[in-house]
Amino acid sequence: MTETAAGLNDDAPPGALAVDCALVTEILTGFVREEVRKVGFERGVVGLSGGIDSAVTLAVVCRALGPENAIPVVMPYRASSPASERDARLVAAQLGTTPLGVDISPQIDAYFDRHPDADRTRRGNKMARERMSILYDLSLARGALVVGTSNKTELLLGYGTIYGDMAHALNPLGDLYKTQIFALARHLELPTAVIEKAPSADLWEGQSDEDELGFEYAAVDQLLHQMIDERRTRPELHALGYDDAFVKQIHRRVRDSQYKRRPPLIAKLSNRTIDRDFRYPRDWGR
Amino acid sequence: MVKAAPEVTEARATGPSGEIVVALAQMAPRLGDLGANLARHLELIGTAAAGGADLVVFPELSLTGYFLKDLVTETALRLDSPEIQALAEASREVDAVVGCILESDDHRFHNAALYLSGGEVVHVHRKVYLPTYGLFDEARDLAPGNRFRAFEAPLRSAGPRRPWRAGVLLCEDLWHPSSAYLLARAGVDLIICPSASPGRGVGHGSELGTAQSYDVITRTYAQLFTAYVVYCNRVGYEDGINFWGGSRAVDPEGHLVGEPAGRDEAMPLHRLDLAALRRARIANPMLRDERHDIVDAESRRLHRRERD
Repeated sequence: MTETAAGLNDDAPPGALAVDCALVTEILTGFVREEVRKVGFERGVVGLSGGIDSAVTLAVVCRALGPENAIPVVMPYRASSPASERDARLVAAQLGTTPLGVDISPQIDAYFDRHPDADRTRRGNKMARERMSILYDLSLARGALVVGTSNKTELLLGYGTIYGDMAHALNPLGDLYKTQIFALARHLELPTAVIEKAPSADLWEGQSDEDELGFEYAAVDQLLHQMIDERRTRPELHALGYDDAFVKQIHRRVRDSQYKRRPPLIAKLSNRTIDRDFRYPRDWGR
Repeated sequence: MVKAAPEVTEARATGPSGEIVVALAQMAPRLGDLGANLARHLELIGTAAAGGADLVVFPELSLTGYFLKDLVTETALRLDSPEIQALAEASREVDAVVGCILESDDHRFHNAALYLSGGEVVHVHRKVYLPTYGLFDEARDLAPGNRFRAFEAPLRSAGPRRPWRAGVLLCEDLWHPSSAYLLARAGVDLIICPSASPGRGVGHGSELGTAQSYDVITRTYAQLFTAYVVYCNRVGYEDGINFWGGSRAVDPEGHLVGEPAGRDEAMPLHRLDLAALRRARIANPMLRDERHDIVDAESRRLHRRERD
Protein backbone atom coordinates (compact mmCIF):
# COMPACT_ATOMS: atom_id res chain seq x y z
CA MET A 1 0.00 0.00 0.00
CA THR A 2 1.32 3.39 -0.87
CA GLU A 3 -0.13 6.55 0.60
CA THR A 4 0.59 9.78 -1.16
CA ALA A 5 0.20 13.35 -0.09
CA ALA A 6 -2.08 13.79 -3.10
CA GLY A 7 -4.81 12.08 -1.11
CA LEU A 8 -4.98 14.97 1.33
CA ASN A 9 -7.69 17.58 1.06
CA ASP A 10 -7.12 21.30 0.96
CA ASP A 11 -7.07 21.64 4.75
CA ALA A 12 -3.65 20.03 4.94
CA PRO A 13 -1.32 22.94 5.72
CA PRO A 14 0.71 23.59 2.60
CA GLY A 15 4.43 23.53 3.11
CA ALA A 16 4.07 22.47 6.74
CA LEU A 17 7.44 20.77 6.48
CA ALA A 18 9.19 23.75 4.94
CA VAL A 19 12.30 24.83 6.85
CA ASP A 20 14.71 27.68 6.39
CA CYS A 21 17.77 25.72 5.30
CA ALA A 22 20.29 28.47 6.00
CA LEU A 23 18.99 28.84 9.55
CA VAL A 24 18.94 25.07 10.09
CA THR A 25 22.49 24.76 8.75
CA GLU A 26 23.71 27.47 11.10
CA ILE A 27 22.11 25.84 14.15
CA LEU A 28 23.34 22.35 13.26
CA THR A 29 26.85 23.63 12.57
CA GLY A 30 26.99 25.36 15.95
CA PHE A 31 25.55 22.23 17.57
CA VAL A 32 28.30 19.98 16.22
CA ARG A 33 31.07 22.50 16.86
CA GLU A 34 30.08 23.23 20.45
CA GLU A 35 29.03 19.76 21.54
CA VAL A 36 32.21 18.22 20.08
CA ARG A 37 34.59 20.81 21.48
CA LYS A 38 33.07 21.16 24.93
CA VAL A 39 33.91 17.51 25.66
CA GLY A 40 37.50 18.07 24.58
CA PHE A 41 37.39 16.73 21.01
CA GLU A 42 38.27 18.45 17.75
CA ARG A 43 37.23 15.79 15.27
CA GLY A 44 34.11 13.91 14.21
CA VAL A 45 33.81 10.48 12.62
CA VAL A 46 30.85 9.70 10.35
CA GLY A 47 29.85 6.46 8.68
CA LEU A 48 29.35 7.44 5.04
CA SER A 49 26.93 5.16 3.19
CA GLY A 50 26.46 6.96 -0.09
CA GLY A 51 22.99 7.99 1.02
CA ILE A 52 21.61 11.43 1.68
CA ASP A 53 21.55 11.42 5.51
CA SER A 54 25.22 10.65 5.99
CA ALA A 55 26.13 13.07 3.18
CA VAL A 56 24.28 15.92 4.90
CA THR A 57 25.76 14.93 8.26
CA LEU A 58 29.28 14.96 6.86
CA ALA A 59 28.66 18.35 5.23
CA VAL A 60 27.57 19.74 8.60
CA VAL A 61 30.58 18.22 10.38
CA CYS A 62 32.90 19.74 7.75
CA ARG A 63 31.37 23.17 8.25
CA ALA A 64 31.56 22.82 12.01
CA LEU A 65 35.05 21.40 12.44
CA GLY A 66 36.73 21.85 9.06
CA PRO A 67 37.16 19.06 6.47
CA GLU A 68 40.54 18.19 7.97
CA ASN A 69 38.74 17.24 11.21
CA ALA A 70 35.96 15.27 9.56
CA ILE A 71 36.64 11.54 9.20
CA PRO A 72 34.23 9.80 6.83
CA VAL A 73 34.32 6.04 6.96
CA VAL A 74 33.04 3.97 4.04
CA MET A 75 32.16 0.47 5.22
CA PRO A 76 30.81 -1.68 2.38
CA TYR A 77 29.81 -5.31 2.63
CA ARG A 78 30.52 -7.47 -0.41
CA ALA A 79 26.79 -7.49 -1.31
CA SER A 80 26.48 -3.70 -1.03
CA SER A 81 25.71 -1.84 -4.21
CA PRO A 82 28.92 -0.55 -5.85
CA ALA A 83 27.00 2.64 -6.62
CA SER A 84 26.73 3.31 -2.87
CA GLU A 85 30.48 3.28 -2.35
CA ARG A 86 30.98 5.36 -5.49
CA ASP A 87 28.46 7.97 -4.22
CA ALA A 88 30.01 7.97 -0.76
CA ARG A 89 33.46 8.69 -2.21
CA LEU A 90 31.96 11.36 -4.46
CA VAL A 91 30.53 13.13 -1.38
CA ALA A 92 33.75 12.74 0.60
CA ALA A 93 35.79 14.20 -2.25
CA GLN A 94 33.41 17.09 -2.87
CA LEU A 95 33.60 18.05 0.78
CA GLY A 96 37.40 17.94 0.74
CA THR A 97 37.71 14.98 3.09
CA THR A 98 39.78 11.82 2.85
CA PRO A 99 37.58 8.79 3.56
CA LEU A 100 38.73 5.67 5.34
CA GLY A 101 37.59 2.42 3.79
CA VAL A 102 36.80 -0.64 5.89
CA ASP A 103 35.41 -3.71 4.12
CA ILE A 104 33.16 -5.36 6.71
CA SER A 105 32.72 -8.61 4.71
CA PRO A 106 35.30 -10.68 6.64
CA GLN A 107 33.84 -10.00 10.06
CA ILE A 108 30.24 -10.41 8.88
CA ASP A 109 30.98 -13.62 7.00
CA ALA A 110 33.04 -15.05 9.87
CA TYR A 111 29.98 -14.75 12.11
CA PHE A 112 27.29 -15.89 9.71
CA ASP A 113 29.34 -18.86 8.50
CA ARG A 114 28.30 -20.27 11.85
CA HIS A 115 24.68 -19.12 11.37
CA PRO A 116 23.98 -19.78 7.70
CA ASP A 117 20.22 -19.83 8.28
CA ALA A 118 20.13 -16.22 9.56
CA ASP A 119 17.55 -14.11 7.74
CA ARG A 120 18.37 -10.77 6.16
CA THR A 121 17.06 -8.75 9.10
CA ARG A 122 19.59 -10.44 11.38
CA ARG A 123 22.30 -9.89 8.80
CA GLY A 124 21.31 -6.26 8.34
CA ASN A 125 21.31 -5.63 12.08
CA LYS A 126 24.69 -7.32 12.45
CA MET A 127 26.17 -5.14 9.71
CA ALA A 128 24.82 -2.00 11.35
CA ARG A 129 26.36 -3.05 14.67
CA GLU A 130 29.70 -3.99 13.15
CA ARG A 131 29.82 -0.57 11.52
CA MET A 132 29.00 1.02 14.87
CA SER A 133 31.83 -0.91 16.56
CA ILE A 134 34.26 0.26 13.86
CA LEU A 135 33.17 3.88 14.28
CA TYR A 136 33.61 3.67 18.06
CA ASP A 137 37.04 2.06 17.62
CA LEU A 138 38.04 4.92 15.32
CA SER A 139 36.55 7.34 17.82
CA LEU A 140 39.19 6.30 20.33
CA ALA A 141 41.97 5.74 17.79
CA ARG A 142 41.50 9.14 16.13
CA GLY A 143 40.17 11.20 19.02
CA ALA A 144 36.92 11.84 17.18
CA LEU A 145 33.34 11.88 18.40
CA VAL A 146 30.89 9.59 16.56
CA VAL A 147 28.34 11.75 14.77
CA GLY A 148 25.18 9.84 13.89
CA THR A 149 22.93 10.15 10.86
CA SER A 150 19.48 9.06 12.07
CA ASN A 151 16.65 11.33 10.93
CA LYS A 152 13.37 12.04 12.72
CA THR A 153 11.31 9.88 10.38
CA GLU A 154 13.32 6.72 10.99
CA LEU A 155 13.72 7.44 14.70
CA LEU A 156 9.95 7.79 15.12
CA LEU A 157 9.20 4.72 13.01
CA GLY A 158 11.90 2.68 14.72
CA TYR A 159 13.41 2.11 11.29
CA GLY A 160 16.95 1.67 12.51
CA THR A 161 19.08 -0.82 14.40
CA ILE A 162 19.29 -0.24 18.13
CA TYR A 163 22.97 -0.10 19.16
CA GLY A 164 23.77 -0.10 15.46
CA ASP A 165 23.18 3.00 13.36
CA MET A 166 21.14 4.38 16.29
CA ALA A 167 24.25 4.45 18.50
CA HIS A 168 26.32 7.64 18.37
CA ALA A 169 27.43 10.55 20.54
CA LEU A 170 25.66 13.34 18.66
CA ASN A 171 22.81 13.43 16.22
CA PRO A 172 22.46 16.62 14.19
CA LEU A 173 19.63 15.34 11.95
CA GLY A 174 17.39 13.75 14.59
CA ASP A 175 14.83 16.58 14.53
CA LEU A 176 14.50 16.71 10.73
CA TYR A 177 12.15 14.57 8.70
CA LYS A 178 13.50 12.79 5.64
CA THR A 179 11.81 15.22 3.24
CA GLN A 180 13.40 18.14 5.11
CA ILE A 181 16.80 16.49 4.69
CA PHE A 182 16.27 16.43 0.93
CA ALA A 183 15.77 20.20 1.03
CA LEU A 184 18.86 20.62 3.20
CA ALA A 185 20.93 18.46 0.82
CA ARG A 186 19.95 20.69 -2.09
CA HIS A 187 20.77 23.77 -0.05
CA LEU A 188 24.19 22.30 0.76
CA GLU A 189 24.67 21.55 -2.96
CA LEU A 190 25.47 17.90 -2.42
CA PRO A 191 25.88 15.68 -5.51
CA THR A 192 22.67 15.21 -7.51
CA ALA A 193 23.27 11.45 -7.67
CA VAL A 194 22.95 11.27 -3.89
CA ILE A 195 19.87 13.49 -3.71
CA GLU A 196 17.92 11.87 -6.54
CA LYS A 197 18.36 8.16 -5.88
CA ALA A 198 15.78 6.20 -3.92
CA PRO A 199 16.63 6.06 -0.19
CA SER A 200 18.02 2.66 0.83
CA ALA A 201 19.66 1.14 3.88
CA ASP A 202 21.60 -0.93 1.30
CA LEU A 203 21.63 -3.96 3.55
CA TRP A 204 20.81 -6.24 0.62
CA GLU A 205 20.69 -6.01 -3.14
CA GLY A 206 17.95 -3.72 -4.43
CA GLN A 207 16.63 -2.74 -1.00
CA SER A 208 14.45 0.37 -0.96
CA ASP A 209 13.28 2.11 2.21
CA GLU A 210 9.90 3.00 0.75
CA ASP A 211 9.25 -0.53 -0.57
CA GLU A 212 10.22 -2.01 2.76
CA LEU A 213 8.23 0.46 4.84
CA GLY A 214 5.23 0.25 2.55
CA PHE A 215 4.68 3.98 2.18
CA GLU A 216 6.43 7.03 0.80
CA TYR A 217 8.49 9.38 2.93
CA ALA A 218 6.53 12.33 1.57
CA ALA A 219 3.29 10.85 2.91
CA VAL A 220 4.54 9.57 6.24
CA ASP A 221 6.46 12.77 6.99
CA GLN A 222 3.32 14.86 6.52
CA LEU A 223 1.39 12.52 8.79
CA LEU A 224 4.09 12.36 11.46
CA HIS A 225 4.34 16.14 11.42
CA GLN A 226 0.58 16.48 11.97
CA MET A 227 0.48 13.69 14.54
CA ILE A 228 3.60 14.48 16.56
CA ASP A 229 4.51 18.13 16.07
CA GLU A 230 0.98 19.51 15.62
CA ARG A 231 -0.58 17.05 18.10
CA ARG A 232 -3.63 16.46 15.89
CA THR A 233 -6.22 14.01 17.21
CA ARG A 234 -7.46 11.02 15.24
CA PRO A 235 -10.68 12.81 14.17
CA GLU A 236 -8.64 15.82 13.11
CA LEU A 237 -6.32 13.64 11.05
CA HIS A 238 -9.35 11.96 9.49
CA ALA A 239 -10.82 15.35 8.63
CA LEU A 240 -7.51 16.30 7.02
CA GLY A 241 -7.92 13.36 4.68
CA TYR A 242 -5.54 10.83 6.22
CA ASP A 243 -6.57 7.21 5.85
CA ASP A 244 -7.60 5.80 9.24
CA ALA A 245 -5.72 2.54 8.71
CA PHE A 246 -2.55 4.39 7.75
CA VAL A 247 -2.83 6.59 10.84
CA LYS A 248 -3.32 3.53 13.03
CA GLN A 249 -0.39 1.73 11.43
CA ILE A 250 1.98 4.66 11.93
CA HIS A 251 0.82 5.30 15.47
CA ARG A 252 1.49 1.67 16.31
CA ARG A 253 4.98 1.83 14.80
CA VAL A 254 5.82 4.92 16.86
CA ARG A 255 4.47 3.36 20.05
CA ASP A 256 6.07 -0.03 19.55
CA SER A 257 9.52 1.41 18.83
CA GLN A 258 9.58 3.74 21.86
CA TYR A 259 12.05 1.40 23.59
CA LYS A 260 14.61 2.12 20.89
CA ARG A 261 14.57 5.81 21.72
CA ARG A 262 15.08 5.40 25.44
CA PRO A 263 18.01 4.25 27.59
CA PRO A 264 17.66 0.76 29.09
CA LEU A 265 15.20 0.42 31.97
CA ILE A 266 16.71 0.34 35.44
CA ALA A 267 14.90 -1.55 38.19
CA LYS A 268 14.15 1.05 40.83
CA LEU A 269 15.30 0.28 44.36
CA SER A 270 16.80 3.36 45.97
CA ASN A 271 15.52 6.90 46.33
CA ARG A 272 17.98 8.12 43.78
CA THR A 273 17.94 6.03 40.63
CA ILE A 274 19.95 7.05 37.59
CA ASP A 275 17.87 9.08 35.10
CA ARG A 276 14.80 8.89 37.33
CA ASP A 277 15.64 10.98 40.37
CA PHE A 278 19.37 11.32 39.74
CA ARG A 279 18.97 13.93 37.03
CA TYR A 280 21.97 15.72 35.65
CA PRO A 281 22.38 17.27 32.23
CA ARG A 282 24.83 15.48 29.95
CA ASP A 283 26.72 18.78 29.55
CA TRP A 284 27.29 18.80 33.33
CA GLY A 285 30.16 21.15 34.08
CA ARG A 286 30.72 21.98 30.38
CA MET B 1 -8.81 58.53 39.16
CA VAL B 2 -5.53 56.89 40.03
CA LYS B 3 -2.49 58.32 38.31
CA ALA B 4 -0.05 56.19 36.33
CA ALA B 5 2.82 56.07 38.77
CA PRO B 6 2.19 55.91 42.50
CA GLU B 7 5.03 58.26 43.23
CA VAL B 8 4.99 61.10 40.75
CA THR B 9 8.14 63.15 41.14
CA GLU B 10 9.01 66.44 39.53
CA ALA B 11 11.85 66.39 37.06
CA ARG B 12 14.83 67.55 39.07
CA ALA B 13 16.48 69.35 36.24
CA THR B 14 15.96 70.05 32.61
CA GLY B 15 18.50 69.59 29.89
CA PRO B 16 20.05 66.80 27.95
CA SER B 17 21.31 64.66 30.83
CA GLY B 18 19.69 61.40 31.81
CA GLU B 19 21.65 59.44 29.28
CA ILE B 20 23.01 56.04 30.17
CA VAL B 21 24.95 53.35 28.36
CA VAL B 22 23.78 49.76 28.81
CA ALA B 23 25.97 46.80 27.89
CA LEU B 24 24.28 43.49 27.05
CA ALA B 25 26.63 40.67 28.02
CA GLN B 26 25.37 38.01 25.63
CA MET B 27 27.43 35.08 26.81
CA ALA B 28 27.34 31.27 27.11
CA PRO B 29 27.69 30.10 30.71
CA ARG B 30 29.35 26.78 31.49
CA LEU B 31 26.65 24.51 32.84
CA GLY B 32 27.00 24.15 36.60
CA ASP B 33 30.49 25.69 36.77
CA LEU B 34 30.17 28.64 39.15
CA GLY B 35 33.91 29.35 39.26
CA ALA B 36 34.36 29.62 35.50
CA ASN B 37 31.20 31.69 35.14
CA LEU B 38 32.16 34.07 37.95
CA ALA B 39 35.53 34.67 36.31
CA ARG B 40 33.81 35.37 32.99
CA HIS B 41 31.41 37.82 34.69
CA LEU B 42 34.23 39.74 36.30
CA GLU B 43 36.05 39.90 32.98
CA LEU B 44 32.98 41.18 31.12
CA ILE B 45 32.14 43.66 33.87
CA GLY B 46 35.65 45.05 33.51
CA THR B 47 35.25 45.29 29.74
CA ALA B 48 31.86 47.00 30.07
CA ALA B 49 33.22 49.48 32.60
CA ALA B 50 36.20 50.25 30.39
CA GLY B 51 33.79 50.76 27.48
CA GLY B 52 31.91 53.43 29.42
CA ALA B 53 28.83 51.42 30.37
CA ASP B 54 26.67 52.45 33.32
CA LEU B 55 24.95 49.06 33.46
CA VAL B 56 25.86 45.62 32.24
CA VAL B 57 23.06 43.08 31.93
CA PHE B 58 23.82 39.35 31.95
CA PRO B 59 21.41 36.62 30.77
CA GLU B 60 19.11 34.58 32.98
CA LEU B 61 21.03 32.12 35.22
CA SER B 62 24.27 33.56 33.87
CA LEU B 63 26.27 32.22 36.82
CA THR B 64 25.06 28.65 36.44
CA GLY B 65 23.64 27.86 33.01
CA TYR B 66 20.02 26.95 32.40
CA PHE B 67 19.08 23.24 32.21
CA LEU B 68 20.41 22.52 35.68
CA LYS B 69 18.12 19.74 36.89
CA ASP B 70 19.79 18.34 40.05
CA LEU B 71 22.51 21.00 39.80
CA VAL B 72 19.98 23.58 41.06
CA THR B 73 20.69 22.86 44.70
CA GLU B 74 24.42 22.40 44.13
CA THR B 75 24.92 25.76 42.41
CA ALA B 76 22.59 27.76 44.67
CA LEU B 77 23.93 30.94 46.25
CA ARG B 78 22.87 33.17 49.10
CA LEU B 79 23.13 36.94 49.11
CA ASP B 80 26.17 36.63 51.39
CA SER B 81 27.90 34.02 49.20
CA PRO B 82 31.45 34.97 48.21
CA GLU B 83 30.49 34.88 44.52
CA ILE B 84 27.81 37.53 45.07
CA GLN B 85 30.16 39.56 47.24
CA ALA B 86 32.80 39.49 44.50
CA LEU B 87 30.28 40.66 41.92
CA ALA B 88 28.97 43.35 44.27
CA GLU B 89 32.54 44.61 44.67
CA ALA B 90 32.90 44.73 40.89
CA SER B 91 29.68 46.76 40.73
CA ARG B 92 31.54 49.69 42.25
CA GLU B 93 32.74 50.26 38.69
CA VAL B 94 29.52 49.62 36.81
CA ASP B 95 26.03 48.47 37.80
CA ALA B 96 25.35 44.85 36.90
CA VAL B 97 22.37 42.51 36.61
CA VAL B 98 23.40 38.89 37.09
CA GLY B 99 21.42 35.65 37.12
CA CYS B 100 21.74 32.88 39.69
CA ILE B 101 19.94 30.30 41.79
CA LEU B 102 19.17 31.99 45.08
CA GLU B 103 18.45 29.88 48.14
CA SER B 104 16.15 31.28 50.82
CA ASP B 105 16.60 30.82 54.55
CA ASP B 106 13.93 28.16 54.50
CA HIS B 107 15.71 26.41 51.59
CA ARG B 108 13.58 27.30 48.67
CA PHE B 109 15.45 27.77 45.43
CA HIS B 110 14.63 30.68 43.16
CA ASN B 111 15.62 31.59 39.63
CA ALA B 112 16.77 35.12 40.47
CA ALA B 113 18.25 38.23 38.93
CA LEU B 114 20.25 40.55 41.18
CA TYR B 115 20.79 44.23 40.48
CA LEU B 116 24.18 45.13 41.93
CA SER B 117 25.59 48.60 42.33
CA GLY B 118 28.24 50.31 44.43
CA GLY B 119 29.13 47.18 46.35
CA GLU B 120 25.51 46.38 47.28
CA VAL B 121 22.65 44.18 46.14
CA VAL B 122 20.15 46.91 45.27
CA HIS B 123 17.28 44.75 44.05
CA VAL B 124 16.37 41.08 43.77
CA HIS B 125 13.81 39.74 41.35
CA ARG B 126 12.72 36.15 41.75
CA LYS B 127 11.18 34.75 38.58
CA VAL B 128 7.43 34.52 39.05
CA TYR B 129 6.42 32.46 36.03
CA LEU B 130 8.35 29.19 35.99
CA PRO B 131 7.70 27.49 32.66
CA THR B 132 6.89 23.82 33.18
CA TYR B 133 5.75 22.53 29.81
CA GLY B 134 7.33 21.40 26.57
CA LEU B 135 11.11 21.36 27.10
CA PHE B 136 10.82 23.36 30.35
CA ASP B 137 10.82 21.87 33.83
CA GLU B 138 11.45 24.84 36.11
CA ALA B 139 8.68 24.36 38.67
CA ARG B 140 9.99 20.88 39.40
CA ASP B 141 13.15 22.29 40.91
CA LEU B 142 12.36 25.91 41.70
CA ALA B 143 10.04 27.99 43.85
CA PRO B 144 8.23 30.92 42.21
CA GLY B 145 8.70 34.54 43.17
CA ASN B 146 5.62 36.52 44.14
CA ARG B 147 6.18 40.14 43.19
CA PHE B 148 7.06 42.59 40.45
CA ARG B 149 8.67 45.66 41.94
CA ALA B 150 10.20 48.79 40.51
CA PHE B 151 13.34 50.25 42.05
CA GLU B 152 15.56 53.24 41.64
CA ALA B 153 18.59 52.23 39.57
CA PRO B 154 21.68 54.06 40.82
CA LEU B 155 23.31 54.45 37.38
CA ARG B 156 25.59 57.13 38.77
CA SER B 157 26.47 58.75 35.47
CA ALA B 158 22.80 59.25 34.65
CA GLY B 159 23.18 62.86 35.69
CA PRO B 160 20.98 65.23 37.62
CA ARG B 161 17.83 65.00 35.51
CA ARG B 162 16.16 62.41 37.76
CA PRO B 163 16.88 58.82 38.73
CA TRP B 164 15.98 55.98 36.40
CA ARG B 165 13.28 53.65 37.67
CA ALA B 166 13.76 50.07 36.59
CA GLY B 167 12.16 46.66 36.95
CA VAL B 168 13.26 43.16 36.04
CA LEU B 169 11.31 40.50 34.14
CA LEU B 170 12.96 37.11 33.73
CA CYS B 171 12.29 35.33 30.44
CA GLU B 172 8.87 33.65 30.94
CA ASP B 173 7.74 36.62 33.06
CA LEU B 174 7.69 38.50 29.75
CA TRP B 175 5.04 36.19 28.34
CA HIS B 176 2.54 37.54 30.87
CA PRO B 177 1.54 41.09 29.94
CA SER B 178 0.33 41.71 33.49
CA SER B 179 3.99 41.60 34.58
CA ALA B 180 4.98 44.45 32.31
CA TYR B 181 1.77 46.30 33.15
CA LEU B 182 2.55 46.17 36.87
CA LEU B 183 6.05 47.49 36.30
CA ALA B 184 4.69 50.26 34.08
CA ARG B 185 2.16 51.15 36.74
CA ALA B 186 5.03 51.30 39.22
CA GLY B 187 6.59 53.91 36.99
CA VAL B 188 9.52 52.19 35.34
CA ASP B 189 11.58 53.83 32.62
CA LEU B 190 13.51 50.67 31.96
CA ILE B 191 12.42 47.03 31.85
CA ILE B 192 15.44 44.75 32.18
CA CYS B 193 14.88 41.28 30.71
CA PRO B 194 17.53 38.64 31.30
CA SER B 195 16.66 35.53 29.33
CA ALA B 196 17.73 31.96 28.54
CA SER B 197 15.49 31.33 25.58
CA PRO B 198 15.99 28.04 23.72
CA GLY B 199 15.82 28.48 19.96
CA ARG B 200 13.14 26.51 18.13
CA GLY B 201 10.81 26.86 15.17
CA VAL B 202 12.64 26.78 11.82
CA GLY B 203 9.66 26.85 9.48
CA HIS B 204 8.72 30.52 9.51
CA GLY B 205 11.39 32.43 7.67
CA SER B 206 15.00 33.23 8.37
CA GLU B 207 14.50 33.88 12.09
CA LEU B 208 13.68 31.26 14.71
CA GLY B 209 10.09 31.22 15.92
CA THR B 210 11.22 32.12 19.42
CA ALA B 211 13.27 35.05 18.11
CA GLN B 212 10.24 36.36 16.25
CA SER B 213 8.10 36.08 19.38
CA TYR B 214 10.55 38.00 21.55
CA ASP B 215 10.92 40.63 18.85
CA VAL B 216 7.17 41.22 18.95
CA ILE B 217 6.96 41.10 22.76
CA THR B 218 9.88 43.45 23.49
CA ARG B 219 8.85 46.02 20.88
CA THR B 220 5.20 45.85 21.89
CA TYR B 221 5.89 46.35 25.60
CA ALA B 222 8.33 49.18 24.92
CA GLN B 223 5.78 50.96 22.75
CA LEU B 224 2.66 50.31 24.84
CA PHE B 225 4.32 51.07 28.16
CA THR B 226 6.52 53.83 26.67
CA ALA B 227 9.57 52.47 28.45
CA TYR B 228 12.96 51.21 27.38
CA VAL B 229 13.20 47.43 27.20
CA VAL B 230 16.62 45.80 27.29
CA TYR B 231 16.63 42.10 26.54
CA CYS B 232 19.75 40.02 27.15
CA ASN B 233 19.52 36.43 25.97
CA ARG B 234 22.29 33.88 26.25
CA VAL B 235 23.95 31.92 23.47
CA GLY B 236 25.58 28.50 23.24
CA TYR B 237 24.18 24.97 23.52
CA GLU B 238 23.18 22.80 26.47
CA ASP B 239 22.54 19.11 25.81
CA GLY B 240 22.00 19.97 22.15
CA ILE B 241 19.56 22.79 22.78
CA ASN B 242 20.60 26.11 21.27
CA PHE B 243 20.10 29.56 22.78
CA TRP B 244 19.61 32.15 20.06
CA GLY B 245 21.03 35.38 21.50
CA GLY B 246 19.46 38.32 19.70
CA SER B 247 19.98 40.65 22.67
CA ARG B 248 18.59 44.07 22.00
CA ALA B 249 17.47 47.39 23.37
CA VAL B 250 14.12 48.86 22.34
CA ASP B 251 13.23 52.51 22.75
CA PRO B 252 9.94 53.82 24.23
CA GLU B 253 8.45 54.15 20.75
CA GLY B 254 9.04 50.47 20.04
CA HIS B 255 12.05 50.93 17.76
CA LEU B 256 15.25 48.94 18.09
CA VAL B 257 18.18 50.91 19.46
CA GLY B 258 20.97 49.85 17.12
CA GLU B 259 21.01 46.29 15.83
CA PRO B 260 20.10 43.18 17.79
CA ALA B 261 23.02 40.84 18.52
CA GLY B 262 23.43 37.63 16.51
CA ARG B 263 23.77 34.06 17.78
CA ASP B 264 27.38 34.34 18.98
CA GLU B 265 28.88 35.80 22.14
CA ALA B 266 28.82 39.60 21.99
CA MET B 267 28.55 42.61 24.26
CA PRO B 268 26.82 45.44 22.40
CA LEU B 269 26.53 48.82 24.13
CA HIS B 270 23.38 50.90 23.74
CA ARG B 271 22.75 54.50 24.69
CA LEU B 272 19.41 55.12 26.41
CA ASP B 273 18.11 58.58 27.05
CA LEU B 274 15.42 59.93 29.40
CA ALA B 275 14.87 62.87 27.03
CA ALA B 276 13.77 60.40 24.33
CA LEU B 277 11.50 58.72 26.86
CA ARG B 278 9.99 62.10 27.72
CA ARG B 279 9.31 62.82 24.05
CA ALA B 280 7.71 59.38 23.61
CA ARG B 281 5.40 59.97 26.56
CA ILE B 282 4.38 63.35 25.20
CA ALA B 283 3.67 61.84 21.80
CA ASN B 284 1.90 58.75 23.20
CA PRO B 285 0.53 59.55 26.67
CA MET B 286 -1.01 56.11 27.27
CA LEU B 287 0.48 55.86 30.75
CA ARG B 288 -1.06 59.19 31.71
CA ASP B 289 -4.44 58.03 30.45
CA GLU B 290 -4.30 54.48 31.81
CA ARG B 291 -7.43 53.71 33.86
CA HIS B 292 -6.00 51.77 36.78
CA ASP B 293 -9.26 52.39 38.63
CA ILE B 294 -11.10 50.30 36.04
CA VAL B 295 -8.45 47.59 36.24
CA ASP B 296 -8.82 47.54 40.04
CA ALA B 297 -12.62 47.51 40.01
CA GLU B 298 -12.86 44.84 37.34
CA SER B 299 -10.16 42.76 39.04
CA ARG B 300 -12.12 42.87 42.28
CA ARG B 301 -15.30 41.86 40.48
CA LEU B 302 -13.56 39.02 38.61
CA HIS B 303 -11.88 37.91 41.80
CA ARG B 304 -15.25 37.66 43.56
CA ARG B 305 -16.68 35.71 40.64
CA GLU B 306 -13.71 33.31 40.46
CA ARG B 307 -14.03 32.71 44.21
CA ASP B 308 -17.69 31.72 43.94
